[in-house]
Amino acid sequence: MTVVSSEKDLDKLTLTFTAEFPASIDRVWQVWEDPRQLERWWGPPTVPATFVRHELRPGTRSDYYMTVPGGDRAHGWWGIVEVDAPTSLAVDLGFSDSDGEPTGDAPSRMSVTLSEDDGVTRMTSTTQFISLDQLERMVEMGMEEGLRLAMGQIDALLAEDSRQNA
Amino acid sequence: MVVDELSDAEVDRIFQALADATRRDIVGRAMQREQSVSTLATHYAMSFAAVQKHVAVLERASLITKERRGREQIVRGNVDTLRRAAQLLGAYEQIWHDRAVRIGEILSEPQKGMES
Repeated sequence: MTVVSSEKDLDKLTLTFTAEFPASIDRVWQVWEDPRQLERWWGPPTVPATFVRHELRPGTRSDYYMTVPGGDRAHGWWGIVEVDAPTSLAVDLGFSDSDGEPTGDAPSRMSVTLSEDDGVTRMTSTTQFISLDQLERMVEMGMEEGLRLAMGQIDALLAEDSRQNA
Repeated sequence: MVVDELSDAEVDRIFQALADATRRDIVGRAMQREQSVSTLATHYAMSFAAVQKHVAVLERASLITKERRGREQIVRGNVDTLRRAAQLLGAYEQIWHDRAVRIGEILSEPQKGMES
């Protein structure tokens, strides 16, 4: 895997991430299409994802949950908006309650494009959030314990800096 | 004065994340000191309405705050939000980086034939 580029757009709250894989476009599409493969990479090993329902067909909803250490579950959903196998995919990303039912909150939008050149497949995912709170919840849901701790430490350091400079 | 609370590296990082050059410039000026939208508008070769539109985008993202003072609309940079947004997008970037690593691992496994 090679990271080609990663762009953060603060005013649009958008992350565009591009990576290349030494595999065919059909093979890379499978990791999105097959729920058993998808759940192996969507969440970190310490916070694994389980897709209860997943089918890449426009108008359908995929339901999943992430299991945090200790056993608590955070639920979410994907609304499949557009599918053009094996080159593009548009999905709404939302949160669900503890029964797995979507909360009323507006979703963020993730678009994925795949293209193959000589056995190497380039994958670009663009996720646009509608608010900082939503981004924060999504980060908290998908974040590994280690990163969570690191973020907490950064927060503490920044608070320290502000006090010293005040 | 507000800028002092951020390290140079942090300011650089935040500014790189503002893709639009005009909006980047507006945030830079609004962080240095509060100023009116009409003062801001004198710096750009575009209509007052166009500048107002950029200000509205930044205000929606909470990167600046706007307050009416008499006839003027005063804007100032919102350092806390800028910092929070940069940090969270950075964390989300890390999440995607880790996902790509895991996808790479799955793809490198010998194939057992089509699974779906």
